[in-house]
Amino acid sequence: MNLEGKDLVSIRDLSKEEIFLILGKADEMLPFASGEKRTKALDGKILATLFFEPSTRTKMSFETAMHRLGGDVIGFSEPAMTSIKKGETLADTVKIVDSYSDIIVIRHSMEGAARLAAEFADSPVINAGDGAGRHPTQCLLDLFTIMKEKKRIEGLRVALVGDLRYGRTVHSLAYALALLGAELIFVSPESLKMPKEIVNDCRDLGAEPRSFTNLERAIKDVDVIYVTRIQKERFPDPTEYKKVVGSYRIDMDLLRHAKDDVIVMHPLPRVNEIDPEVDRTKHALYFRQAFYGVPVRMALLSLLLGVDVK
Amino acid sequence: MKKKELKIPLIKEGTVIDHITAGNAVKVLHILGIPEKTLDSVVSVVMNVKSKIGKKDIVKVENRELKPEEVNKIALIAPKATINIIRDYEVVKKFKVHLPDEIVGIVRCPNPNCISNAREPIQSRFRVISRDPIRIKCCYCEREPENIADNII
Repeated sequence: MNLEGKDLVSIRDLSKEEIFLILGKADEMLPFASGEKRTKALDGKILATLFFEPSTRTKMSFETAMHRLGGDVIGFSEPAMTSIKKGETLADTVKIVDSYSDIIVIRHSMEGAARLAAEFADSPVINAGDGAGRHPTQCLLDLFTIMKEKKRIEGLRVALVGDLRYGRTVHSLAYALALLGAELIFVSPESLKMPKEIVNDCRDLGAEPRSFTNLERAIKDVDVIYVTRIQKERFPDPTEYKKVVGSYRIDMDLLRHAKDDVIVMHPLPRVNEIDPEVDRTKHALYFRQAFYGVPVRMALLSLLLGVDVK
Repeated sequence: MKKKELKIPLIKEGTVIDHITAGNAVKVLHILGIPEKTLDSVVSVVMNVKSKIGKKDIVKVENRELKPEEVNKIALIAPKATINIIRDYEVVKKFKVHLPDEIVGIVRCPNPNCISNAREPIQSRFRVISRDPIRIKCCYCEREPENIADNII
């Protein structure tokens, strides 16, 4: 199996075996990601980061990954400063940047922008989020976190909680978890339920997701609670928003109803979905999860560039 | 037979597209780019014809033999259509439309935030994920249009 030269636009571009290859490679990257070991494996390689939308974590995590591998980074996070402002098409921007770099990471507000970039670039393109669409590297780091903590994904019971309708991370994650054989539990307010097409995709993969609106009941036997932010702007009525947000908050009281070894994950940034009290418990995995973005992205960069890291 | 001839005359050479889902004949012509500006073939359209399987539309294009790969595109909105190639008033070839695996430049993605709707040098592209019922998925944003006929470009 070889990922050299491939693009990563959607988690659906990867087979089960390819996902495990990346997760295995990410594990090998851990000592390099933490700075314990050093490498110059990507010396002379250039990563271009095209961030048409603001991002701090994803962009910095890609930059850290490239620097830890000994490579260089060019790019922008302020499209107002570029020719895009002058009306240049995305296709043209990508063609030009492609000639400057060896691999491209793109975040854009329009869905499908990364697919377009992949069509116009010869170098590998990694999607770092396109509109309300896909965010495959977030998905991979979520899977990596679960693997590291639980040593498996198949047969695990995973509850996805919060805004399942608009949240871009949960759609990719639901698909990937179904592909890898996890049991899915969807917990959301009625108005923010998982879209039908995602539920159908999970079913096509043999999963039978169960849906709940009550959080306490849903998390009783789960191994993983994956929480997402419920955004205020999704609710026309602010009182309705307050009511909903309050009932989807993870705190110590709620965790008493869960398994002793349950882990709590969150793609961050969080607002008030998780009580800070939970941070100090063994259940809180979200900060380590954010760190795992670095080894996972290091694994991807080296695999797509076909360079072995020793 | 005579009655049918009154409705739509027999053609000497050309193509008859039969069993088009009632009401979709004009859209079928639109997809096929017929009538072409460069050709002066006569095109006849009959709509809401009663048949054994309910109402249907029929299209006859004179002096033009449509190739399967051209016609397959119409399977999106007329999945039961049959194509008859006519030479010297005789049906010399008859085949059913077959939906291709990919639909390019025919359907507009209904997602306004899809990059295929932006000013970019690309055509819309959909992958066929189910043939019965027909379900297609945008290759760019991965959304499925609920009503394909409403989104024909």
